[in-house]
Amino acid sequence: MIVELNATTLSLLFFVFVLAMFLGVELIRKVPSQLHTPLMSGSNAISGITIVGALLAMGHDQSGIAVLVLSALAVAFATINVVGGYLVTDRMLGMFKSKDKDGGKP
Amino acid sequence: MRGLGYIAASILFVFGLKMLSSPVTARRGNLVSALGMLIAVGVSFTAMAQIRWVWLLAGVGVGAAVGALAARLVQMTAMPEMVGLFNGFGGLASMLVGWAEFHGAWAQGTEIHLFTRTAILLTVLIGGVTFTGSLVAYGKLSGRVRGKPILYKGQNLVNAVLVLAAIALGALFSIGVVDGNLAYVLLLGVVALSLTLGVTSTIPIGGADMPVVISLLNSYSGLAACAAGFTINNNVLIVSGALVGASGLVLTKIMCKAMNRSLANVLFSGFGAAAGSRGAGYQGQAHPISSADAYLILEAANSVVIVPGYGMAAAQAQHAVGELVELLEKNGADVKYCIHPVAGRMPGHMNVLLAEANVPYEQLVEPQDVNPTMETVDVAVVIGANDVVNPAAKEDRNSPLWGMPIIEVDRARTCIVLKRSLNPGFAGVDNPLFFKSNTRMLFGDAKATITSLVAEFKP
Repeated sequence: MIVELNATTLSLLFFVFVLAMFLGVELIRKVPSQLHTPLMSGSNAISGITIVGALLAMGHDQSGIAVLVLSALAVAFATINVVGGYLVTDRMLGMFKSKDKDGGKP
Repeated sequence: MRGLGYIAASILFVFGLKMLSSPVTARRGNLVSALGMLIAVGVSFTAMAQIRWVWLLAGVGVGAAVGALAARLVQMTAMPEMVGLFNGFGGLASMLVGWAEFHGAWAQGTEIHLFTRTAILLTVLIGGVTFTGSLVAYGKLSGRVRGKPILYKGQNLVNAVLVLAAIALGALFSIGVVDGNLAYVLLLGVVALSLTLGVTSTIPIGGADMPVVISLLNSYSGLAACAAGFTINNNVLIVSGALVGASGLVLTKIMCKAMNRSLANVLFSGFGAAAGSRGAGYQGQAHPISSADAYLILEAANSVVIVPGYGMAAAQAQHAVGELVELLEKNGADVKYCIHPVAGRMPGHMNVLLAEANVPYEQLVEPQDVNPTMETVDVAVVIGANDVVNPAAKEDRNSPLWGMPIIEVDRARTCIVLKRSLNPGFAGVDNPLFFKSNTRMLFGDAKATITSLVAEFKP
């Protein structure tokens, strides 16, 4: 159910948003370029967090069929993002090997 | 309880991203982040008034199956288009969330006002642009759509009109002067406009600029989730969405800097549309060699720098390259791979391909590590890279590449360029490197050429 945003809540949420943006910039700036692809697919999986919104929309008390269809689609696409994103990132990072370990043999 | 669960999830996302800053901890970082997602999803179940198992399992089942299959089956060379497509799905999911929430309120006659309406509007707008923009990027990256920019007269004007129309409809929707059915019509109008805008704003961008575009779309997918968080008053969506939004922006900035271009120039200039007609049209004699000649040069070399580009990915030559480098090292040469930040079709593309070919990551270096000592390098081998080694960026003020930081292979004692032909790269800029006296051209398919070099090395 939509809870109407009032000015106080909005400013609080906006505050959280701005701080999270700054935190994100600081975190990502330190990621070396060799890890940029896994970073992208990994952060992509995080953007699948919208699955939470989809689940909540699906769980409303009185949802008509249209809401159920829309939210089930949202759940499906967000799940592709989450499951696919984390798995492919893991697969990629599993290939990154150091020289010390086994001389780069599989 | 729910709040605590969402805070825990947010903290795990932050730690997960932090651990991604070193190859040693990155894989665990990804698991930490996944754990955060699991908690966020689990906690959300407690907030559902009703759990409709059929709908839920259908959505999760289909999504998980498609996601898992795609993640297992995708080839490493196809990573850019897959990441592009996933970005789009994230945007679409957020758009659907905004839509579902509005529909629910509309069906029950619940009044919603300025702030929440604006949040819904932004969710739908950003999500829609992300979705179709990513589909176009996917099409271009996978070769289903021509990679060249698609340009027409008055293109920027058309896009500007679309943006203004979306803003006008959106403003009318948000300020709430219209109610009920009319508001719904306006929202659907915004959905249609955003989907159109995603296509029309991405088609003029060329294949070589895709690293910037998918970074930007990555950012958008996060911001769409963020806007959905404002719609439903949910902190975990806002925090995670903002982290992803910031991540995409940082990558976008790094990519633009590596090409010495502004974001506006990448998005609006249609760079690379006129193939072969830009630059000075360098004249001169190229020096083609055979792979037997190349073998003799490499066999005598003590230090070698390999410069891979998109051509290596296109030819699937990474394993052959890895094998060649092992042989060179056995032969006593010091070998490094020098990776330009925009080589390939997405940030870090070459690193992933070479990791797949079991190249240890210590052997991969960046241009600033190699350029200062380039004179001492015996042989620089350029494999399917073009614009990132184009000396016109330093020598020709009129070149479109002027000022771009490049890997200065022209300063190596000998430079071997593996290429199909003398055609210019995706930017459509002629490359004077091919005509330098210390450059040798080794024409042919990169994989076939390298394989024959490997054969020469084996007794």
